[in-house]
Amino acid sequence: MKAFLRPDGKKGIRNVIVVVYLVECAHHVAREIAFPFRDQEVHLIGFTGCYPNHYSHRMLERLCTHPNVAGALLISLGCEGFNRSQLATTIRATGRPVHTLVIQSTGGTRKTIAEGTKWIQETIQAATATPQVEMEMHELIVGTICGGSDATSGITANPAMGRAFDLLVEKNGTAIFEETGELIGCEQIMAARAVTPELGQELIRSVEKAARHYTVLGHGSFAPGNADGGLTTQEEKSMGAYSKSGSSKISGIIKPGDIPPGGGLYLLDVVPDGEVRFGFANINDNAEIAELIACGSHIIIFSTGRGSVVGSAISPVIKVCANPETFRRMPEDMDVDAGRILEGKGSLEEVGQEIYAKIIAVANRERTASELLGHQEFSLTYKSFEPIGPSCLPLNYQTYAMAH
Amino acid sequence: MPVPSNKTPGLLKLHSLDNVLTATRSLEAGEHLLLEGQSITLTESIPIGYKVSACDIREGEKIFKYGVPIGSARCQISAGTVVHTHNLQSDYLPTYTLDGKNSYLKIHS
Repeated sequence: MKAFLRPDGKKGIRNVIVVVYLVECAHHVAREIAFPFRDQEVHLIGFTGCYPNHYSHRMLERLCTHPNVAGALLISLGCEGFNRSQLATTIRATGRPVHTLVIQSTGGTRKTIAEGTKWIQETIQAATATPQVEMEMHELIVGTICGGSDATSGITANPAMGRAFDLLVEKNGTAIFEETGELIGCEQIMAARAVTPELGQELIRSVEKAARHYTVLGHGSFAPGNADGGLTTQEEKSMGAYSKSGSSKISGIIKPGDIPPGGGLYLLDVVPDGEVRFGFANINDNAEIAELIACGSHIIIFSTGRGSVVGSAISPVIKVCANPETFRRMPEDMDVDAGRILEGKGSLEEVGQEIYAKIIAVANRERTASELLGHQEFSLTYKSFEPIGPSCLPLNYQTYAMAH
Repeated sequence: MPVPSNKTPGLLKLHSLDNVLTATRSLEAGEHLLLEGQSITLTESIPIGYKVSACDIREGEKIFKYGVPIGSARCQISAGTVVHTHNLQSDYLPTYTLDGKNSYLKIHS
Protein backbone atom coordinates (compact mmCIF):
# COMPACT_ATOMS: atom_id res chain seq x y z
CA MET A 1 0.00 0.00 0.00
CA LYS A 2 1.13 3.55 -0.73
CA ALA A 3 0.89 5.97 2.18
CA PHE A 4 1.40 9.68 2.89
CA LEU A 5 4.38 10.11 5.21
CA ARG A 6 3.91 12.70 7.98
CA PRO A 7 6.80 14.61 9.58
CA ASP A 8 6.27 12.59 12.81
CA GLY A 9 6.73 9.31 10.92
CA LYS A 10 3.06 8.32 10.86
CA LYS A 11 1.64 6.93 7.62
CA GLY A 12 -1.78 7.98 6.37
CA ILE A 13 -4.00 6.75 3.54
CA ARG A 14 -5.73 10.10 2.95
CA ASN A 15 -4.32 13.64 2.77
CA VAL A 16 -6.92 15.57 4.75
CA ILE A 17 -6.79 19.14 6.00
CA VAL A 18 -9.13 19.69 8.94
CA VAL A 19 -10.93 22.93 9.73
CA VAL A 20 -11.72 22.81 13.44
CA TYR A 21 -14.29 24.95 15.28
CA LEU A 22 -13.45 25.16 18.97
CA VAL A 23 -16.98 26.11 20.08
CA GLU A 24 -20.38 26.11 18.37
CA CYS A 25 -20.12 29.92 18.03
CA ALA A 26 -17.26 29.39 15.54
CA HIS A 27 -19.03 26.59 13.63
CA HIS A 28 -20.55 28.73 10.88
CA VAL A 29 -17.30 30.50 10.06
CA ALA A 30 -15.41 27.20 9.98
CA ARG A 31 -18.05 25.62 7.75
CA GLU A 32 -17.97 28.56 5.32
CA ILE A 33 -14.18 28.14 5.04
CA ALA A 34 -14.29 24.36 4.58
CA PHE A 35 -17.34 23.95 2.35
CA PRO A 36 -15.91 25.26 -0.97
CA PHE A 37 -13.04 22.75 -0.61
CA ARG A 38 -15.18 19.75 0.32
CA ASP A 39 -14.07 17.82 -2.79
CA GLN A 40 -10.40 18.55 -2.04
CA GLU A 41 -10.11 16.59 1.21
CA VAL A 42 -10.85 19.57 3.47
CA HIS A 43 -12.99 18.23 6.33
CA LEU A 44 -14.89 20.03 9.08
CA ILE A 45 -14.61 18.81 12.69
CA GLY A 46 -14.98 20.52 16.04
CA PHE A 47 -16.38 20.71 19.54
CA THR A 48 -19.57 22.59 20.32
CA GLY A 49 -19.16 23.08 24.09
CA CYS A 50 -17.92 26.31 25.70
CA TYR A 51 -16.68 24.64 28.89
CA PRO A 52 -13.32 22.84 28.83
CA ASN A 53 -13.22 19.03 29.03
CA HIS A 54 -10.10 16.87 29.16
CA TYR A 55 -11.63 14.13 26.98
CA SER A 56 -12.73 16.42 24.15
CA HIS A 57 -9.40 18.25 24.20
CA ARG A 58 -7.51 14.95 23.89
CA MET A 59 -9.88 13.80 21.15
CA LEU A 60 -9.15 16.90 19.05
CA GLU A 61 -5.40 16.52 19.69
CA ARG A 62 -5.51 12.94 18.41
CA LEU A 63 -7.74 13.79 15.45
CA CYS A 64 -5.66 16.80 14.33
CA THR A 65 -2.47 14.69 14.47
CA HIS A 66 -4.08 11.60 12.90
CA PRO A 67 -2.00 9.84 10.21
CA ASN A 68 -4.60 10.81 7.56
CA VAL A 69 -4.32 14.51 8.48
CA ALA A 70 -1.87 16.82 6.70
CA GLY A 71 -2.65 20.05 8.55
CA ALA A 72 -5.20 21.89 10.70
CA LEU A 73 -6.89 25.28 10.75
CA LEU A 74 -8.31 26.14 14.19
CA ILE A 75 -11.26 28.53 14.36
CA SER A 76 -11.91 30.11 17.75
CA LEU A 77 -14.52 32.71 18.67
CA GLY A 78 -12.12 34.01 21.29
CA CYS A 79 -13.88 33.74 24.65
CA GLU A 80 -14.63 29.98 24.79
CA GLY A 81 -13.04 27.68 27.34
CA PHE A 82 -11.14 25.48 24.87
CA ASN A 83 -7.35 25.76 25.27
CA ARG A 84 -6.57 26.65 21.64
CA SER A 85 -2.88 27.46 22.16
CA GLN A 86 -2.23 24.08 23.80
CA LEU A 87 -3.96 22.29 20.89
CA ALA A 88 -1.93 24.31 18.35
CA THR A 89 1.31 23.51 20.22
CA THR A 90 0.54 19.78 20.17
CA ILE A 91 -0.15 19.84 16.43
CA ARG A 92 2.92 21.97 15.65
CA ALA A 93 5.14 19.54 17.61
CA THR A 94 4.25 16.80 15.08
CA GLY A 95 5.53 19.00 12.22
CA ARG A 96 2.09 19.50 10.68
CA PRO A 97 1.12 22.98 9.50
CA VAL A 98 -1.35 24.59 11.91
CA HIS A 99 -2.92 28.03 12.00
CA THR A 100 -5.29 29.58 14.54
CA LEU A 101 -7.83 32.28 13.66
CA VAL A 102 -9.63 34.01 16.51
CA ILE A 103 -12.79 35.56 15.11
CA GLN A 104 -12.99 38.35 17.71
CA SER A 105 -9.44 39.58 17.04
CA THR A 106 -9.41 38.91 13.28
CA GLY A 107 -12.32 41.32 12.83
CA GLY A 108 -15.45 39.20 12.55
CA THR A 109 -17.07 36.73 10.23
CA ARG A 110 -16.08 37.96 6.76
CA LYS A 111 -12.44 38.73 7.54
CA THR A 112 -11.97 35.35 9.27
CA ILE A 113 -13.52 33.45 6.35
CA ALA A 114 -11.25 35.35 3.92
CA GLU A 115 -8.08 34.69 5.94
CA GLY A 116 -9.04 31.06 6.53
CA THR A 117 -9.77 30.48 2.83
CA LYS A 118 -6.36 31.88 1.90
CA TRP A 119 -4.60 29.60 4.41
CA ILE A 120 -6.49 26.56 3.14
CA GLN A 121 -5.56 27.33 -0.50
CA GLU A 122 -1.87 27.58 0.42
CA THR A 123 -1.95 24.48 2.61
CA ILE A 124 -3.71 22.35 -0.02
CA GLN A 125 -0.91 23.35 -2.41
CA ALA A 126 1.77 22.41 0.13
CA ALA A 127 0.04 19.10 0.94
CA THR A 128 0.37 17.94 -2.67
CA ALA A 129 4.11 17.65 -2.00
CA THR A 130 3.61 15.18 0.89
CA PRO A 131 6.06 12.30 0.32
CA GLN A 132 4.50 8.92 -0.48
CA VAL A 133 6.02 5.75 0.91
CA GLU A 134 5.26 2.04 1.12
CA MET A 135 3.01 0.94 3.98
CA GLU A 136 2.81 -2.60 5.40
CA MET A 137 -0.23 -4.39 6.83
CA HIS A 138 1.23 -4.23 10.35
CA GLU A 139 1.05 -0.43 10.12
CA LEU A 140 -2.66 -0.38 9.28
CA ILE A 141 -5.35 0.21 11.92
CA VAL A 142 -8.98 -0.63 11.11
CA GLY A 143 -11.97 0.08 13.34
CA THR A 144 -15.36 -1.57 13.18
CA ILE A 145 -18.84 -0.42 14.10
CA CYS A 146 -22.43 -1.40 13.37
CA GLY A 147 -25.27 1.06 12.98
CA GLY A 148 -28.86 0.85 11.90
CA SER A 149 -28.68 -2.82 12.87
CA ASP A 150 -31.44 -5.30 12.19
CA ALA A 151 -31.74 -9.04 12.69
CA THR A 152 -29.72 -9.75 9.53
CA SER A 153 -26.67 -7.76 10.81
CA GLY A 154 -25.61 -10.49 13.21
CA ILE A 155 -25.94 -13.25 10.63
CA THR A 156 -24.28 -11.79 7.52
CA ALA A 157 -22.35 -8.50 7.69
CA ASN A 158 -21.04 -8.70 11.27
CA PRO A 159 -19.60 -12.24 11.15
CA ALA A 160 -18.22 -11.51 7.64
CA MET A 161 -16.46 -8.43 9.04
CA GLY A 162 -15.21 -10.69 11.83
CA ARG A 163 -13.63 -12.93 9.14
CA ALA A 164 -11.98 -9.86 7.58
CA PHE A 165 -10.67 -8.88 11.03
CA ASP A 166 -9.22 -12.39 11.48
CA LEU A 167 -7.35 -12.00 8.17
CA LEU A 168 -6.08 -8.56 9.23
CA VAL A 169 -4.88 -9.80 12.63
CA GLU A 170 -3.17 -12.81 10.98
CA LYS A 171 -1.10 -10.28 9.00
CA ASN A 172 -0.26 -8.48 12.28
CA GLY A 173 -2.56 -5.58 11.41
CA THR A 174 -4.49 -3.80 14.15
CA ALA A 175 -8.24 -4.26 14.54
CA ILE A 176 -10.45 -2.34 16.98
CA PHE A 177 -14.00 -3.22 17.94
CA GLU A 178 -16.05 -1.20 20.38
CA GLU A 179 -19.32 -0.29 22.09
CA THR A 180 -19.24 -2.25 25.32
CA GLY A 181 -22.96 -1.44 25.72
CA GLU A 182 -23.53 -3.74 22.75
CA LEU A 183 -21.56 -6.54 24.36
CA ILE A 184 -23.92 -6.89 27.34
CA GLY A 185 -24.65 -10.59 27.66
CA CYS A 186 -21.46 -11.64 25.78
CA GLU A 187 -18.94 -10.72 28.48
CA GLN A 188 -18.16 -14.27 29.64
CA ILE A 189 -17.49 -15.74 26.18
CA MET A 190 -15.49 -12.62 25.29
CA ALA A 191 -13.36 -12.89 28.44
CA ALA A 192 -12.35 -16.43 27.44
CA ARG A 193 -10.63 -14.94 24.35
CA ALA A 194 -8.38 -12.58 26.34
CA VAL A 195 -4.61 -13.17 26.13
CA THR A 196 -4.45 -13.27 29.97
CA PRO A 197 -7.04 -14.06 32.71
CA GLU A 198 -6.47 -10.58 34.17
CA LEU A 199 -7.40 -8.98 30.84
CA GLY A 200 -10.47 -11.27 30.79
CA GLN A 201 -11.55 -9.78 34.14
CA GLU A 202 -11.00 -6.26 32.76
CA LEU A 203 -13.18 -7.13 29.75
CA ILE A 204 -15.98 -8.30 32.06
CA ARG A 205 -15.61 -5.17 34.21
CA SER A 206 -15.88 -2.91 31.14
CA VAL A 207 -19.16 -4.55 30.09
CA GLU A 208 -20.52 -4.39 33.67
CA LYS A 209 -19.67 -0.68 33.67
CA ALA A 210 -21.66 -0.27 30.45
CA ALA A 211 -24.63 -2.15 31.91
CA ARG A 212 -24.60 0.13 34.99
CA HIS A 213 -24.30 3.22 32.80
CA TYR A 214 -27.27 2.25 30.66
CA THR A 215 -29.35 1.17 33.67
CA VAL A 216 -28.86 4.60 35.29
CA LEU A 217 -29.93 6.30 32.05
CA GLY A 218 -32.85 3.86 31.65
CA HIS A 219 -32.03 3.08 28.04
CA GLY A 220 -29.73 0.55 26.40
CA SER A 221 -28.01 0.80 23.07
CA PHE A 222 -31.22 -0.14 21.33
CA ALA A 223 -33.08 2.11 18.87
CA PRO A 224 -36.70 1.62 17.75
CA GLY A 225 -35.46 0.73 14.27
CA ASN A 226 -33.64 -2.28 15.73
CA ALA A 227 -36.97 -3.73 16.89
CA ASP A 228 -38.65 -2.89 13.57
CA GLY A 229 -35.83 -4.86 11.96
CA GLY A 230 -36.59 -7.97 14.00
CA LEU A 231 -34.17 -7.57 16.91
CA THR A 232 -35.99 -8.08 20.20
CA THR A 233 -33.57 -7.74 23.11
CA GLN A 234 -30.25 -6.12 23.99
CA GLU A 235 -28.69 -9.59 24.38
CA GLU A 236 -29.74 -10.54 20.85
CA LYS A 237 -28.34 -7.31 19.42
CA SER A 238 -25.18 -7.85 21.47
CA MET A 239 -24.55 -11.33 20.08
CA GLY A 240 -24.81 -9.95 16.56
CA ALA A 241 -22.56 -7.01 17.36
CA TYR A 242 -20.03 -9.25 19.12
CA SER A 243 -19.50 -11.33 15.96
CA LYS A 244 -17.79 -8.29 14.36
CA SER A 245 -14.77 -9.07 16.53
CA GLY A 246 -14.02 -12.33 14.69
CA SER A 247 -12.27 -15.15 16.49
CA SER A 248 -8.75 -13.84 17.19
CA LYS A 249 -7.39 -13.59 20.71
CA ILE A 250 -8.13 -10.21 22.34
CA SER A 251 -4.85 -8.37 22.99
CA GLY A 252 -6.10 -5.49 25.10
CA ILE A 253 -8.56 -2.81 26.10
CA ILE A 254 -8.05 0.81 25.05
CA LYS A 255 -10.02 4.00 25.68
CA PRO A 256 -10.76 6.89 23.28
CA GLY A 257 -7.50 8.52 22.17
CA ASP A 258 -5.30 5.52 23.10
CA ILE A 259 -3.29 4.27 20.12
CA PRO A 260 -2.92 0.45 20.16
CA PRO A 261 0.76 -0.31 20.85
CA GLY A 262 1.07 -3.21 18.39
CA GLY A 263 -0.80 -5.47 15.98
CA GLY A 264 -3.76 -7.52 17.23
CA LEU A 265 -7.38 -7.20 18.24
CA TYR A 266 -8.39 -4.54 20.78
CA LEU A 267 -11.65 -3.61 22.50
CA LEU A 268 -12.29 0.13 22.65
CA ASP A 269 -14.10 0.91 25.91
CA VAL A 270 -16.29 3.90 25.03
CA VAL A 271 -18.32 4.13 28.25
CA PRO A 272 -17.12 6.90 30.61
CA ASP A 273 -15.67 6.06 34.03
CA GLY A 274 -17.00 7.14 37.41
CA GLU A 275 -20.49 8.37 38.17
CA VAL A 276 -22.76 8.95 35.18
CA ARG A 277 -22.20 12.50 33.93
CA PHE A 278 -22.86 14.37 30.67
CA GLY A 279 -25.59 11.95 29.52
CA PHE A 280 -25.43 9.03 27.10
CA ALA A 281 -22.08 7.42 26.40
CA ASN A 282 -22.43 7.78 22.66
CA ILE A 283 -25.20 9.92 21.30
CA ASN A 284 -24.96 8.50 17.76
CA ASP A 285 -22.86 6.27 15.49
CA ASN A 286 -20.57 9.10 14.40
CA ALA A 287 -19.51 9.82 17.99
CA GLU A 288 -18.22 6.22 18.08
CA ILE A 289 -16.57 6.54 14.68
CA ALA A 290 -14.75 9.68 15.86
CA GLU A 291 -13.43 7.71 18.85
CA LEU A 292 -12.22 4.84 16.65
CA ILE A 293 -10.43 7.40 14.47
CA ALA A 294 -8.92 9.10 17.55
CA CYS A 295 -7.40 5.67 18.35
CA GLY A 296 -5.60 5.83 15.01
CA SER A 297 -8.05 3.97 12.73
CA HIS A 298 -7.13 4.62 9.10
CA ILE A 299 -10.35 3.01 7.87
CA ILE A 300 -13.72 2.18 9.46
CA ILE A 301 -15.80 -0.83 8.41
CA PHE A 302 -19.46 -0.23 9.18
CA SER A 303 -22.19 -2.86 9.02
CA THR A 304 -25.81 -1.89 8.56
CA GLY A 305 -29.05 -3.78 8.13
CA ARG A 306 -31.64 -0.99 8.16
CA GLY A 307 -29.48 1.14 5.87
CA SER A 308 -27.19 3.79 7.38
CA VAL A 309 -25.82 6.35 4.91
CA VAL A 310 -23.09 7.96 7.03
CA GLY A 311 -19.40 8.41 6.31
CA SER A 312 -16.93 10.37 8.40
CA ALA A 313 -14.44 13.17 8.47
CA ILE A 314 -10.75 12.09 8.36
CA SER A 315 -11.03 8.32 7.74
CA PRO A 316 -13.06 6.58 5.01
CA VAL A 317 -16.02 4.42 6.01
CA ILE A 318 -16.65 1.12 4.17
CA LYS A 319 -20.31 0.16 4.46
CA VAL A 320 -21.20 -3.52 4.54
CA CYS A 321 -24.92 -4.09 4.00
CA ALA A 322 -26.36 -7.02 5.95
CA ASN A 323 -29.87 -7.09 4.52
CA PRO A 324 -30.39 -8.01 0.83
CA GLU A 325 -33.68 -6.07 0.69
CA THR A 326 -31.95 -2.94 2.02
CA PHE A 327 -29.10 -3.37 -0.49
CA ARG A 328 -31.57 -3.44 -3.37
CA ARG A 329 -33.33 -0.34 -1.97
CA MET A 330 -30.21 1.84 -1.48
CA PRO A 331 -27.25 0.31 -3.38
CA GLU A 332 -25.44 3.63 -3.97
CA ASP A 333 -24.79 3.99 -0.25
CA MET A 334 -23.21 0.54 0.16
CA ASP A 335 -19.74 -0.86 -0.59
CA VAL A 336 -20.28 -4.56 0.09
CA ASP A 337 -23.43 -6.70 -0.31
CA ALA A 338 -23.21 -9.17 2.58
CA GLY A 339 -26.96 -9.88 2.55
CA ARG A 340 -26.44 -12.09 -0.49
CA ILE A 341 -25.29 -14.77 1.98
CA LEU A 342 -28.97 -15.17 2.95
CA GLU A 343 -29.85 -15.74 -0.71
CA GLY A 344 -27.27 -18.47 -1.13
CA LYS A 345 -25.10 -16.26 -3.38
CA GLY A 346 -22.00 -16.23 -1.25
CA SER A 347 -20.50 -17.63 1.94
CA LEU A 348 -19.28 -15.82 5.05
CA GLU A 349 -15.73 -16.70 3.96
CA GLU A 350 -16.17 -15.17 0.50
CA VAL A 351 -17.73 -11.96 1.82
CA GLY A 352 -15.07 -11.78 4.55
CA GLN A 353 -12.36 -11.94 1.88
CA GLU A 354 -14.20 -9.35 -0.21
CA ILE A 355 -14.24 -6.97 2.79
CA TYR A 356 -10.53 -7.59 3.39
CA ALA A 357 -9.77 -6.86 -0.28
CA LYS A 358 -11.91 -3.72 -0.04
CA ILE A 359 -9.88 -2.51 2.96
CA ILE A 360 -6.66 -2.82 0.91
CA ALA A 361 -8.25 -1.10 -2.11
CA VAL A 362 -9.55 1.80 0.01
CA ALA A 363 -6.13 2.11 1.65
CA ASN A 364 -4.80 2.42 -1.92
CA ARG A 365 -7.03 5.48 -2.53
CA GLU A 366 -10.18 3.78 -3.87
CA ARG A 367 -13.08 5.99 -2.77
CA THR A 368 -15.86 4.48 -0.67
CA ALA A 369 -19.58 4.99 -1.41
CA SER A 370 -19.92 7.52 1.40
CA GLU A 371 -16.80 9.42 0.25
CA LEU A 372 -18.17 9.65 -3.30
CA LEU A 373 -21.45 11.00 -1.90
CA GLY A 374 -19.59 13.63 0.16
CA HIS A 375 -20.44 12.25 3.62
CA GLN A 376 -18.16 13.74 6.29
CA GLU A 377 -20.26 13.42 9.46
CA PHE A 378 -18.62 14.24 12.78
CA SER A 379 -19.80 14.24 16.39
CA LEU A 380 -17.95 15.00 19.65
CA THR A 381 -19.44 15.46 23.11
CA TYR A 382 -18.44 15.72 26.79
CA LYS A 383 -17.10 12.62 28.56
CA SER A 384 -14.66 11.65 31.32
CA PHE A 385 -12.28 8.68 31.52
CA GLU A 386 -9.67 7.28 33.88
CA PRO A 387 -6.42 6.12 32.21
CA ILE A 388 -6.11 2.38 31.47
CA GLY A 389 -3.95 0.22 33.72
CA PRO A 390 -1.22 -2.38 32.90
CA SER A 391 -3.68 -5.33 32.97
CA CYS A 392 -5.56 -3.76 30.02
CA LEU A 393 -2.50 -4.20 27.76
CA PRO A 394 -0.70 -7.29 29.12
CA LEU A 395 1.54 -7.73 26.03
CA ASN A 396 2.85 -4.23 25.51
CA TYR A 397 1.87 -1.80 28.27
CA GLN A 398 5.43 -0.42 28.40
CA THR A 399 5.30 0.56 24.72
CA TYR A 400 1.92 2.20 25.31
CA ALA A 401 3.07 4.05 28.44
CA MET A 402 6.15 5.45 26.68
CA ALA A 403 4.10 6.68 23.72
CA HIS A 404 1.37 8.35 25.82
CA MET B 1 -50.43 -33.31 3.59
CA PRO B 2 -48.70 -29.95 3.64
CA VAL B 3 -46.43 -29.42 0.64
CA PRO B 4 -43.04 -27.89 1.47
CA SER B 5 -42.35 -24.53 -0.16
CA ASN B 6 -40.31 -24.84 -3.35
CA LYS B 7 -38.59 -21.48 -2.69
CA THR B 8 -35.22 -21.22 -0.91
CA PRO B 9 -35.24 -22.90 2.52
CA GLY B 10 -36.37 -19.70 4.25
CA LEU B 11 -35.55 -20.61 7.85
CA LEU B 12 -32.10 -20.89 9.35
CA LYS B 13 -31.05 -22.51 12.63
CA LEU B 14 -27.90 -20.71 13.77
CA HIS B 15 -26.89 -23.13 16.54
CA SER B 16 -27.92 -26.64 17.59
CA LEU B 17 -29.12 -25.36 21.01
CA ASP B 18 -31.49 -22.78 19.48
CA ASN B 19 -35.26 -22.88 19.95
CA VAL B 20 -35.83 -20.06 17.45
CA LEU B 21 -35.06 -19.94 13.71
CA THR B 22 -34.27 -16.91 11.54
CA ALA B 23 -36.16 -16.00 8.35
CA THR B 24 -33.63 -15.70 5.51
CA ARG B 25 -36.23 -14.08 3.24
CA SER B 26 -39.65 -12.50 3.82
CA LEU B 27 -42.07 -15.42 4.36
CA GLU B 28 -45.82 -15.55 3.73
CA ALA B 29 -48.56 -16.88 6.02
CA GLY B 30 -49.52 -20.43 5.07
CA GLU B 31 -46.09 -21.36 3.68
CA HIS B 32 -45.01 -24.87 4.62
CA LEU B 33 -41.35 -25.08 5.49
CA LEU B 34 -39.24 -28.14 6.15
CA LEU B 35 -36.67 -27.97 8.86
CA GLU B 36 -34.64 -30.97 9.99
CA GLY B 37 -37.36 -33.27 8.65
CA GLN B 38 -40.14 -31.40 10.48
CA SER B 39 -42.80 -29.52 8.53
CA ILE B 40 -43.72 -26.11 9.93
CA THR B 41 -46.81 -24.26 8.67
CA LEU B 42 -46.57 -20.51 9.13
CA THR B 43 -49.64 -18.92 10.71
CA GLU B 44 -48.50 -15.34 9.96
CA SER B 45 -46.20 -13.53 7.51
CA ILE B 46 -42.63 -13.04 8.69
CA PRO B 47 -40.24 -10.28 7.53
CA ILE B 48 -36.63 -11.13 6.70
CA GLY B 49 -34.43 -11.58 9.77
CA TYR B 50 -37.32 -12.13 12.18
CA LYS B 51 -37.37 -15.10 14.59
CA VAL B 52 -39.76 -18.05 14.47
CA SER B 53 -40.19 -20.58 17.30
CA ALA B 54 -38.87 -24.01 16.34
CA CYS B 55 -40.94 -25.80 19.02
CA ASP B 56 -43.49 -25.10 21.75
CA ILE B 57 -41.91 -22.83 24.37
CA ARG B 58 -43.25 -22.42 27.95
CA GLU B 59 -43.73 -19.06 29.67
CA GLY B 60 -40.50 -18.07 31.42
CA GLU B 61 -38.36 -20.45 29.34
CA LYS B 62 -35.09 -19.06 27.93
CA ILE B 63 -35.03 -18.24 24.23
CA PHE B 64 -31.82 -19.46 22.59
CA LYS B 65 -30.28 -17.92 19.46
CA TYR B 66 -26.60 -18.25 18.42
CA GLY B 67 -26.53 -20.99 21.12
CA VAL B 68 -26.94 -18.46 23.94
CA PRO B 69 -29.98 -17.10 25.81
CA ILE B 70 -31.24 -13.80 24.38
CA GLY B 71 -34.07 -13.39 26.92
CA SER B 72 -37.12 -15.19 28.35
CA ALA B 73 -40.56 -16.03 26.97
CA ARG B 74 -43.24 -13.65 28.30
CA CYS B 75 -45.96 -16.26 27.63
CA GLN B 76 -46.55 -19.67 26.09
CA ILE B 77 -45.26 -19.66 22.47
CA SER B 78 -46.40 -22.38 20.10
CA ALA B 79 -44.18 -23.75 17.33
CA GLY B 80 -44.06 -21.78 14.07
CA THR B 81 -44.97 -18.34 15.46
CA VAL B 82 -43.05 -15.08 15.35
CA VAL B 83 -40.91 -14.44 18.42
CA HIS B 84 -40.50 -10.73 19.08
CA THR B 85 -41.19 -8.00 21.66
CA HIS B 86 -44.76 -9.23 22.30
CA ASN B 87 -43.64 -12.63 23.62
CA LEU B 88 -39.90 -12.28 24.42
CA GLN B 89 -38.27 -9.98 26.99
CA SER B 90 -34.68 -9.14 27.84
CA ASP B 91 -33.12 -10.49 31.03
CA TYR B 92 -31.02 -7.30 31.19
CA LEU B 93 -32.69 -4.12 29.92
CA PRO B 94 -36.19 -3.20 28.69
CA THR B 95 -36.56 -2.83 24.92
CA TYR B 96 -37.52 0.61 23.72
CA THR B 97 -39.95 1.08 20.83
CA LEU B 98 -41.44 4.28 19.44
CA ASP B 99 -45.02 3.56 20.53
CA GLY B 100 -43.86 2.48 23.97
CA LYS B 101 -45.24 -1.03 23.56
CA ASN B 102 -45.06 -3.55 20.76
CA SER B 103 -43.56 -2.38 17.49
CA TYR B 104 -44.18 -5.74 15.78
CA LEU B 105 -47.95 -5.56 16.37
CA LYS B 106 -47.93 -1.93 15.23
CA ILE B 107 -46.43 -2.86 11.87
CA HIS B 108 -48.67 -5.85 11.25
CA SER B 109 -52.04 -4.76 12.68
